[in-house]
Amino acid sequence: MSPRSARLAGPAEAAPVFAALGDETRLALMTRLGRGQPLSIAELAQGMPVTRQAVTKHLHVLSHAGLVRDFRRGRERMWQPEAQRLAEARRYLDAISKRWDEALARLKTLVED
Amino acid sequence: MSTDRIEKKVVLRAPRSRVWRALANAEELGAWFGAKLQGRFTPGARVQGPVTYPGYEHVTMDITVERVEPERLFSFRWHPDAVEPGVDYSGEPTTLVEFHLEEVAGGTQLTVIESGFDRIPLARRAKAFRDNEAGWAEQVKNIERHVSS
Repeated sequence: MSPRSARLAGPAEAAPVFAALGDETRLALMTRLGRGQPLSIAELAQGMPVTRQAVTKHLHVLSHAGLVRDFRRGRERMWQPEAQRLAEARRYLDAISKRWDEALARLKTLVED
Repeated sequence: MSTDRIEKKVVLRAPRSRVWRALANAEELGAWFGAKLQGRFTPGARVQGPVTYPGYEHVTMDITVERVEPERLFSFRWHPDAVEPGVDYSGEPTTLVEFHLEEVAGGTQLTVIESGFDRIPLARRAKAFRDNEAGWAEQVKNIERHVSS
């Protein structure tokens, strides 16, 4: 029940995310999606030196790492970043985790006295 | 990458019976949790009491006991982070808090697992951090800096 904090997730948790981003094309895709509006594969592939199929593959890698998600708009599949939502969920868990640390420290003092 | 559970392990330099008492006795649990709890922890029991932690005195700690297996396992359900004044949390999903006790050299190993966070509405989870929200664009910049350095 202590005040909230908003630390970022630890390195171990962030590793799969960084691994997914350790690729020039995927990083470029994330940057495009990061401008805020959902994009179709055609829009994402525009001006990219790779095929649409390759873009689709890369999006699935990003999706697997929890960084993007897709949804249908009419006949098109649209993509948008998921990271902010995930980051929120992790920060929430982080703050609760910190509260547990504090409570357990108090328990330790209580039972070890 | 789990956003659903928290797991903590700690070795306490105290006998298992002592640790058990600090968990299964309402007043003792309240003492280190920061709440004034009274009542008996039996399966199905609902135990409530005011939080004593400074700044959170408006909050009621409210738990429903699940399992009581002496010196082995104690678990309850509650609404995590239920600290907003005037909000009725009763319709929202609960998380499960489990305390597992195990004898180890030099004391007792306590494992705390809180799970079920993914069922809590994301809006509720996000709300707690609205003020600290960094835009995704900013995060991408951070990641770019990280991977290009």
